[in-house]
Amino acid sequence: MASLSATIQDVFNEPGCARNTHKSANEKKKGCTKQLQPGGAAGGCAFDGAKIALQPFTDVAHLVHGPIACEGNSWDNRGAASSGPAIWRTSFTTDLNETDVVFGGEKRLFKACKEIVEKYDPAAIFVYQTCVPAMIGDDINAVCKAASEKFGKPVIPVNAPGFVGPKNLGNKLAGEALLDHVIGTMEPEYTTPYDVNIIGEFNLSGELWQVKPLFDELGLRILSCISGDGRYQEAASAHRARAAMMVCSKAMINVARKMEDRYGIPYFEGSFYGVQDTSDSLRELARLLIERGAPAELRDRVEKVIAREEARAWAAISAYRPRFKGKKVLLITGGVKSWSVVAALQEAGLELVGTSVKKSTREDKERIKELMGQDAHMIKDMTPREMYKMLKEAKADIMLSGGRSQFIALKATMPWLDINQERHHAYMGYVGMVKLVQEIDKTLFNPVWQEVRRPAPWARAGDTWQDKALAQFEAEAAELAADPVKAEEARRARPVCLCKGVSLGSVEDAILDFGLTTVDGVKEKTDASGGCGACAIRIEEILEAGAFVGQPTQARNIAAE
Amino acid sequence: MAKVVVAKKSCAVNPLKMSQPIGAALAFMGLRGAMPLLHGSQGCTSFGLVLFVRHFKEAIPLQTTAMSEVATVLGGYENVEQAVLNIIKRAKPEIIGIASTGVTETKGDDVIGYIELIRKNHPELKNFPLVYVSTPDFKDAFQDGWEKAVTRLVEELVEPPANAARRDMSRVNVLPGSHLTPGDIEELRAIIEDFGLEPTFLPDLGGSLDGHIPDDFTPTTIGGVGVDEVATMGDAGWTIAIGAQMRAAAEAMRKKTGVPFRLFERLCGLAPNDELIAFLTGISGRPAPMKYRRQRGQLVDAMLDGHFHIGGRRLAIGAEPDLLHDVGSFLHEMGAHIEAAVTTTQSPSLERIPAEEVLIGDLEDLERLARDKGCDLLVTHSHGRQAAERLKIPFHRLGIPMFDRLGAGHKLSIGYRGTRDLVFQVANLLIEDHEEHHRVTPETWRNPWDDATAPVDGAAIATALAH
Repeated sequence: MASLSATIQDVFNEPGCARNTHKSANEKKKGCTKQLQPGGAAGGCAFDGAKIALQPFTDVAHLVHGPIACEGNSWDNRGAASSGPAIWRTSFTTDLNETDVVFGGEKRLFKACKEIVEKYDPAAIFVYQTCVPAMIGDDINAVCKAASEKFGKPVIPVNAPGFVGPKNLGNKLAGEALLDHVIGTMEPEYTTPYDVNIIGEFNLSGELWQVKPLFDELGLRILSCISGDGRYQEAASAHRARAAMMVCSKAMINVARKMEDRYGIPYFEGSFYGVQDTSDSLRELARLLIERGAPAELRDRVEKVIAREEARAWAAISAYRPRFKGKKVLLITGGVKSWSVVAALQEAGLELVGTSVKKSTREDKERIKELMGQDAHMIKDMTPREMYKMLKEAKADIMLSGGRSQFIALKATMPWLDINQERHHAYMGYVGMVKLVQEIDKTLFNPVWQEVRRPAPWARAGDTWQDKALAQFEAEAAELAADPVKAEEARRARPVCLCKGVSLGSVEDAILDFGLTTVDGVKEKTDASGGCGACAIRIEEILEAGAFVGQPTQARNIAAE
Repeated sequence: MAKVVVAKKSCAVNPLKMSQPIGAALAFMGLRGAMPLLHGSQGCTSFGLVLFVRHFKEAIPLQTTAMSEVATVLGGYENVEQAVLNIIKRAKPEIIGIASTGVTETKGDDVIGYIELIRKNHPELKNFPLVYVSTPDFKDAFQDGWEKAVTRLVEELVEPPANAARRDMSRVNVLPGSHLTPGDIEELRAIIEDFGLEPTFLPDLGGSLDGHIPDDFTPTTIGGVGVDEVATMGDAGWTIAIGAQMRAAAEAMRKKTGVPFRLFERLCGLAPNDELIAFLTGISGRPAPMKYRRQRGQLVDAMLDGHFHIGGRRLAIGAEPDLLHDVGSFLHEMGAHIEAAVTTTQSPSLERIPAEEVLIGDLEDLERLARDKGCDLLVTHSHGRQAAERLKIPFHRLGIPMFDRLGAGHKLSIGYRGTRDLVFQVANLLIEDHEEHHRVTPETWRNPWDDATAPVDGAAIATALAH
């Protein structure tokens, strides 16, 4: 069995990841993990990621081996939905104490498995390793193996202690656990030419059920969904699927690719987020199935369903046009979600005043341009104050974003709707987009906004924090406008690479000083994009633009002397 | 805004409305040492008594002139006289408030004449406070009875100021409507006192029906505003009236004493309380205490958090006009749509309710409208529980009677703080309902379109093709 560090290396070698293939051997070693910055990290750990990825398996007991913090502080906080078993929501932890830390927690873990089997008899037990038992050397693989044999029940070790990296690494390590111990260990009762796997879909708010009826109608069988509303037995027999869809986030790309390698199951990366995307995904699934021998008539049936559903969805969405006339939206979300939502918003008659492209790839940006026109206001990085200013100046009537920026909008008393992961509403498939538009309508026209914007009885004009923030913002802008040197400084101080803390100025200087033409070159000289690599696209743009004013610093220094 | 429609039914089903006399009786209960007396048959009193006991879970002082058939025909003077004498002998009240009922109004008893006669025949009662209000059951509703009783109390008990030029500007009269609970009254008292002002509430249910355990057995009210205090209300600097129903009483006060008044139609919500705080700042000359600045912030935050749940709800609400106007408008400001609004009686506040139509009707009307309009939140008094069950929608209890839950007297929905708590109550109710009844299932989106034609049975096709 591979050691944890070997597994992590293996995960980073992921050839299915476009970003990864561009990396040098040395960088691959460092992995796709953002170097976590002490004092600046807010995301979850690898354990968190592993648990998120696997907990939606509903008939599995999820046992967290660690002190109380790991499970006690975080349990039952995810909105995945189950159509049957509830054991996945029951919280199990070994709650390690001091004695365990001194003498080792393996025995306690074994006994915990025994108690779970006796009291709850789940389909399987997933044991999650955490930092403390990893540090004291508890061998959960060995314990799980022993427990499996003793109790005649799959006990699966999930080796992703928090300190090995961030959440996305944890997702992948969870996938490795499935590949090593679960997938291919059982056989399905029967197979059909229409068996598919859906990988990386967690059924949050039950969103999978917005598209599953279409699968049912088309006769496509979801042999295994990893892991939303999943069952152990389904995952264990997932190797018999004919094709797989990897849902947009790259969270579990290793599972999809390795299943292709090992079992010859072709996969594609798709999304059910957005009308067009849903249609594309259904088409692609049909294509892969037909390639693998399903009757070609499937294509026609898929096209019929797509035509019907699209017509219904667009009709329902365009009904909002009169209500949304003149309303403007600011869309702050990463990656594919931006453009897949843009189309629906436009169909509803909403005007997009801007969309963030922070996590988007080059292709994403192209598609946004295609949809919104050349003038697309694409926001790279927006500080909370900038977002606020944009909303305030009536450039936008509503902000759509992830949960993290909600308080900017809400405290600024601006309509806001959550469209990312933590949302309470399901927005998948055709019906999901209509639902989204409905929710926008509800939020936009809620009179609560006028209420909460009224000044307090003791407020003097210009005295609210919002007014102050705006005044400060304007003062700064005026100062910069009046002082070109300062303005240039401010421009140059804008961060390019957050991981390594490299400013735009340093990148430009390096390009000029060393005549750089490639991202790799910039990285070599400035370290920019040497972390998560997400800013490589930004650097490419800087290189392409090339027209920034200024001379090489050395030349300037000489001139100054 | 709203069009007021009167139901054209002959048969009221599941009434929302309660009668005038007990509205008047409740107003009398806000005085110290009071014994409300209904001039009618004893059933009139006993039903009211049971209703209040079930609502407040307190001993309720309420007496009857016990009109018999014969007495009703011959006239009730003797019954009123005997009742007054008996009450004074047994209960030693400080005031007796007399309200007429349907029976005695139909007969046409001249109770004002009776009282004059009683005073003549019993000189020791010459100055004893006997306040009469005419409240036939067959007209108007609970809220109107309260309104008339308070107006009569002002007319009868308040004395014109000795020197109108020397008002005590730190004193404030408060005339609360019947929709304020004892808890609301206490909150309002605290807010006014925090501005260094000294409020006198008429009536003061906060003192009498707040659920305290009395030191001794007294058949009359314990706590409440004293007759002597009411007499001096003419010396106050201002009168604050709460609810459109209190305009008459406030005007009576001004007419008799010259005290100016300010009417607050609503005290639930952000803007209404901003107005109250601004007014109190103005008349007291003191800045708003820090406490209210914090509370306001908490309310704004609660509204932002709560709008996700309350926004878009289709509300069916049944309540007396002022309560309907106050809470209904606030829920509208939180994003709920008032699809069905039913009330008990006419009021100038009705047309200001943000709904297309307000129906003067009953709970059957409310239930029907709620069903027809697909409402998913019901707000009314406890008698709405059967409708809520049938409609299978979440139910928030509001108003009198609230007999199937504890703490009716302490429900708070005014002030920044009370409004904040109301947001949480309603939002939590909706969250709970969602968890219990609307969990998503694989079937939730099976046929999501209104025009849904039967989906093709693809599974059958696929299975057939597979073999």
